[in-house]
Amino acid sequence: MQEMYKLEGTVLTVVLPQDVDHPVTDLVRRETDHIINQNYIRTIIFDFTHTEFMDSSGVGLLMGRYRAMGMRKESIRAAGVSRHIDRLLHLSGLHRYIEIQTAEEEEA
Amino acid sequence: MKENTNEMILVFDSIPANEGLARVTAASFCTQLNPTLEEVADLKTAVSEAVTNCIIHGYEGKINKIEMKLQYHGNELYVHITDYGIGIADIEKAMEPMYTSKPDHERSGMGFTFMEAFMDEIRVESQPGKGTTVHMKKTIGRQG
Repeated sequence: MQEMYKLEGTVLTVVLPQDVDHPVTDLVRRETDHIINQNYIRTIIFDFTHTEFMDSSGVGLLMGRYRAMGMRKESIRAAGVSRHIDRLLHLSGLHRYIEIQTAEEEEA
Repeated sequence: MKENTNEMILVFDSIPANEGLARVTAASFCTQLNPTLEEVADLKTAVSEAVTNCIIHGYEGKINKIEMKLQYHGNELYVHITDYGIGIADIEKAMEPMYTSKPDHERSGMGFTFMEAFMDEIRVESQPGKGTTVHMKKTIGRQG
């Protein structure tokens, strides 16, 4: 599956693919930054619903976009987060800066 | 009775596309030990971190060989990932959370932290100018 970008008002949703690794994050970073520069965006939602794998390059991607958005609280959201990815976001301390919605919460 | 053991070696070019190859190979080898989904996810992330380090830091983007050796004895899985690149002068510093030698590359500096968190043991051997090997161990199927 390929990554996908949806723009609604000032909200950009990035639907991430199955594997969020170093080659994928390079692509997503370029495309996302291009969209942020061309449009007025207040929130980026990274949708992890289809994501089964992530490593620290995904953490770098989210951290970098948080900076790109002026380090504004709640400018970045992670949705559909699995247990494994939730652990990565907590271990890296990212949960203090971004809003996380786990897949389990969404089902409830 | 003979103990359950197995070993394999995979040698591949240091290109980002092979990060996926390495972690899928490791996950597949590990299924012989009946791991939980969580354990497979942990292993894949640790392998991905180690291989990414070889590509970005060890070889700094140049194409060379990366060697991944996988072994198990009983339910103990061992992963050894080697590059013949620039090596690490200060291993302790490299392993600090958030430390990255390449801040401009938007690396998170969490690679070694994740390897430590997701594997039971990790040991790094390195010689500047000669290369680096990361040795990792994880006991599989404890929850099973």
